[in-house]
Amino acid sequence: MLSYILRRLAGLLPTLIIIVTVSFLILRLAPGGPFDQEQTLSPAVRANLERLYGLDRPLAVQYLGYLRALAHGDFGPSLRSRDFSVGELIRQGVPVSATLGLSALALALLCGIPAGIGAALWRGRAADWLVSASSALGLALPSFVVGPLLVLIFALTLHWLPAGGWEGGSLRYLLLPAVTLALPVAAALARLTRASLLESLRAPYVRSARARGLGSARVLLRHALPPALLPVVSYLGPAVAFVITGSLVVETVFGLPGTGRYLVQGAIDRDYPLVMGMIVVYAVLTLLLNFLADLAYGWLDPGVRHG
Amino acid sequence: MAEAAVAIPGLWRAAGRRLRAQRAAPLAALGLAVLVGLALLGPALSPHRYDGLDWQHLAQPPGSLAAHWLGTDRLGRDLYVRALHGLRLSLLVSALASAVSLVIGIAYGAIAGFAGGRTDGLMMRGVDVLYSLPYLFIVIILTSLMPRGSLAVLLLALGAVGWLTSARIVRGQTLALKRREFIEAARALGVRPLTILVRHVIPNLLGPVIVYATLTVPQMILFESFLSFLGLGVQEPRASLGSLVALGAQEMSSAPWMLLVPATLLVLLLLCLNVLGDGLRDALDPREC
Repeated sequence: MLSYILRRLAGLLPTLIIIVTVSFLILRLAPGGPFDQEQTLSPAVRANLERLYGLDRPLAVQYLGYLRALAHGDFGPSLRSRDFSVGELIRQGVPVSATLGLSALALALLCGIPAGIGAALWRGRAADWLVSASSALGLALPSFVVGPLLVLIFALTLHWLPAGGWEGGSLRYLLLPAVTLALPVAAALARLTRASLLESLRAPYVRSARARGLGSARVLLRHALPPALLPVVSYLGPAVAFVITGSLVVETVFGLPGTGRYLVQGAIDRDYPLVMGMIVVYAVLTLLLNFLADLAYGWLDPGVRHG
Repeated sequence: MAEAAVAIPGLWRAAGRRLRAQRAAPLAALGLAVLVGLALLGPALSPHRYDGLDWQHLAQPPGSLAAHWLGTDRLGRDLYVRALHGLRLSLLVSALASAVSLVIGIAYGAIAGFAGGRTDGLMMRGVDVLYSLPYLFIVIILTSLMPRGSLAVLLLALGAVGWLTSARIVRGQTLALKRREFIEAARALGVRPLTILVRHVIPNLLGPVIVYATLTVPQMILFESFLSFLGLGVQEPRASLGSLVALGAQEMSSAPWMLLVPATLLVLLLLCLNVLGDGLRDALDPREC
């Protein structure tokens, strides 16, 4: 098992290097440069700035230099926020984004899976209809519509919750962003759980468990549910990727001091190290979490591990 | 094409019957038709233009004026015309972007699946790597690096990420088709591989690909409006549903209708497309019923 984990982890490294290389090329081959917006720069100052950050050297040298620094955990300086290194900016933003992402994911799991189970058990009844309709709605509502609507209702009209900001991540400030981010994931989870539980409830082994006279709770928990959760677990990888990109929207809507804003603003400013740093962080996160989802899948279904 | 022409009508007729038998899907199709009709004809019903300013009536709520049916924004622009104009633009961009991504996906997937072996392995490995990227990031980076507001860049960026899933689906179907007798027969008759691909493989792929396309369009609408929401897509004074929602979100404390009008249209559009797509999938894949 350990050697399997190590082998899979080593397999992630080439993927990461390809991602870094491709993004580096896209970023550098695009027109424009980090010092374009400041019109007052004289050519000499500009040349000095470019020399300071090593932007005057050949691209290949810069690329190898970036990889070497990255291997030592150094993301380089930010070209725009001159007083901060990219590492510092990321360290400031990550706790916010991580708190938001994890609470949204937990919320989605806690609401989505039970809702899906309920809908499957009461198939064709009011509860099923309610879950199906609200998950269709949840999938059709984009976060950047849900966010402002929630603010309009709960902050501006009812004055129950603040309209934005973070304040150290207290529950009052976290609630609306987390719900916004969790909604589509919960909807997808509910739908997936319902469909796959319906299928496994029809399976012969569940029928035979019922025929053996086992109670319905026991049939559900021991026989029908575990295999039905397999597709749900394999959806967790994409769900995590969705939460990561979705947090970008939600952070923008609610004005949270997370990492999301660095990506858009960094790309517009051509702050090369900042954008690269963000891509590396998000790519590592996505790869690792996908890998964890794979492991969980293998743990639930041992046939996969050696396949 | 001959095989396709023989096989498909029965399949389609059965699928059409199953689709009509569903409750939600016909309703969604009707809703979609109404929305498309509104997008095409609606703006012409009003005397206003999407970028026309009416300084006499700034930020008026819906229903308060006979001249502006859904009110005006802070610059006195008619919200009815702007919202429908945005609807038209969102539909156009997403349909084109879906077409771009489907063409790339079909070509890539069919070639990979048909070539097989090492070529296939290498090509699909590339898709896996791209898949592991948070793809929205690539779109954001592409659009923020390119000149703002160009529809071509928007289409390219959206098409560039949308083709991955269709390439996978097409490859899987191609692998299955490759072993069928009629392909073998064509090969035995000495038909060139490219001709087999174009004449025999791709026409037979279209069923699942069409289903996938109906699920791609809402995704593209979502991406497009999201990019416009971030200010990276459609630029002022033009409007897309996303940029209108963004503008409305800024003004919602004093003019909530500026958010509610485009948001309602966007949600209705996505809901209709999603329900219709699900219905089509169920209809074409009787296993699920």
